[in-house]
Amino acid sequence: MIYLYALAAIAAIVIAERLRGARSKQTVLAVLAALLLIAPLVVRNDAAINALGDIGIYVVLALGLNVTVGFAGLLDLGYAAFFAIGAYTYAMLASPQFGIHLPLWILLFVAAAIASFFGLVLGAPTLRLRGDYLAIVTLGFGQIVPQVFQNLTKYTGGPNGISALDFPSFFGRSFGQNATPYYYVILAALACALLFANNLRDSRLGRAWMAIREDELAARHMGINTTAVKLAAFAIGAAFAGVGGVLFAAKLSIVSPEQFGFQVSILIVSMLVLGGMGNVGGVAAGAIVLALVNTTLLPQINGLVNGALHANLDLTNYNFFIYGAILVSLMLFRPEGLLPNRERKAELHAAA
Amino acid sequence: MPLLDVRGATKRFGRLAVLKDLSFDVEAGAIDGVIGPNGAGKSTLFNLITGVYRPDAGEIRFDGARIDGWRSDRIVRAGVARTFQNLRLFGHLDAIENVLIGEHSRLHASLPASLLHTPGERREERHARERARELLDAVGVRDTERFACNLPYGAQRRLEIARALASEPKLLLLDEPAAGMNPTEKEELATLIRTIRDRGVTVLLIEHDMGLVMRLCERITVLDYGEKIAEGDAASVRADPRVIEAYLGLPEPA
Repeated sequence: MIYLYALAAIAAIVIAERLRGARSKQTVLAVLAALLLIAPLVVRNDAAINALGDIGIYVVLALGLNVTVGFAGLLDLGYAAFFAIGAYTYAMLASPQFGIHLPLWILLFVAAAIASFFGLVLGAPTLRLRGDYLAIVTLGFGQIVPQVFQNLTKYTGGPNGISALDFPSFFGRSFGQNATPYYYVILAALACALLFANNLRDSRLGRAWMAIREDELAARHMGINTTAVKLAAFAIGAAFAGVGGVLFAAKLSIVSPEQFGFQVSILIVSMLVLGGMGNVGGVAAGAIVLALVNTTLLPQINGLVNGALHANLDLTNYNFFIYGAILVSLMLFRPEGLLPNRERKAELHAAA
Repeated sequence: MPLLDVRGATKRFGRLAVLKDLSFDVEAGAIDGVIGPNGAGKSTLFNLITGVYRPDAGEIRFDGARIDGWRSDRIVRAGVARTFQNLRLFGHLDAIENVLIGEHSRLHASLPASLLHTPGERREERHARERARELLDAVGVRDTERFACNLPYGAQRRLEIARALASEPKLLLLDEPAAGMNPTEKEELATLIRTIRDRGVTVLLIEHDMGLVMRLCERITVLDYGEKIAEGDAASVRADPRVIEAYLGLPEPA
């Protein structure tokens, strides 16, 4: 069922990408939205809805990173740090940890704001850096943040993290451990993320990002304040991750530092590369594919293989082998990603 | 008061003085030119005016305000736009998107408005697109949906002018606008530059094509090794012995 849903979503995105008219696009996406809305009624399987929720969070993260990397061309390899900041925001402000119990609805905004702030903290010192140099600094940032959470034992529970987070509630009714309410909240967040990402691309700010990606000096001579625009790219990208982190923490009810390692940053970058950097639809599709592999396909294959061979292999440990294989073949055969925008395609094929 | 007033501008790179104590001005409504052999400091002058470099000495005033030391984007907002000697279009964006980016400093959509595509933002975007089309039409670029890098060379040059005009400048700096153009294209360019001036934009251009400069420019400043060696209208500059000396070995100015 999950596969059917993932397939339907990707098919809808592909069709919407191909269609020219705004009307027919909206129809396709409305059908997809309807399908997603009735998913809990159709699927009737808590684990599957839970997995769909996880995939949704990954799509939000990928859309956010796409703002920084895809639109503005600022390669950020430490994106999981903002995800961690969002998750710990929920963990610290909605748990017995400090006896603070703020509602999910407020914390979504609080986490977006805090993550944006740290986006600025990362962005400000790296304004002069591009490409490889920026990648190295962001990589370091991505390592530092989970380390800080790990070592601030007094506040964050150290390596054990924080558990028994509050169940969110909606007009007094607790979500409990039922996957469906979380799914709907994630779906709503995802819809907003998609809308915002799309709107940003066709806005004054979105064009300014594309301008600095193409030629920073020329952008400055178009009256673009490149400092402000770059900081905005970091902050807005981080805000998406902050929201994703809150949803993740609320849903899992536990956070710990090892959930936000380097692998997560790389996984999300891989989603962008797979889908087609810069293109909102492509990025969403790439995120669905890799998240599906990560959350569902690998554990299932794992079960099959171990059942059949009576072996004790843990295939999920090989997920990076699989991403690696996907990325290498992609670079060889379709470097612009599966669903690229025109710019990337032209760029990579002119270079070849 | 002149629109642009450069007083004693000096720029050194290491021990090499690329511009030495240069003073000149441009009156509002003029088409003026800066000429000089390669390496005379013409492009450096443009880079000083547009805030790429700051002068080591001297001052630059535009429209009454002292702009040396300002960031480039602020100078654009104040009303100075430029083109580049070696085209710097946003190659992998449409022609129309290039012009829209040029309009950046004249648009006001806030972040929330952009996120939500509020009615006000939509209206502004629609006007911006209309304006971009008009500008492309005015410079004669018709393939508005094509990537800038795929346009013919002459069209790319004209697109850069449209992009610069999109910021609604008071002063337009053109850095070798005729480079690589054939005689017909140059003729069209001269007409275009006059049209731009007649619409109220002051033009200062750097050019190697003497014929174009002599025909077009009302006042010409001649640079050689970073110093002003002559200034005046076409006839007087052409007759100036120092100018002839600086250009010796080059073909006779047309």
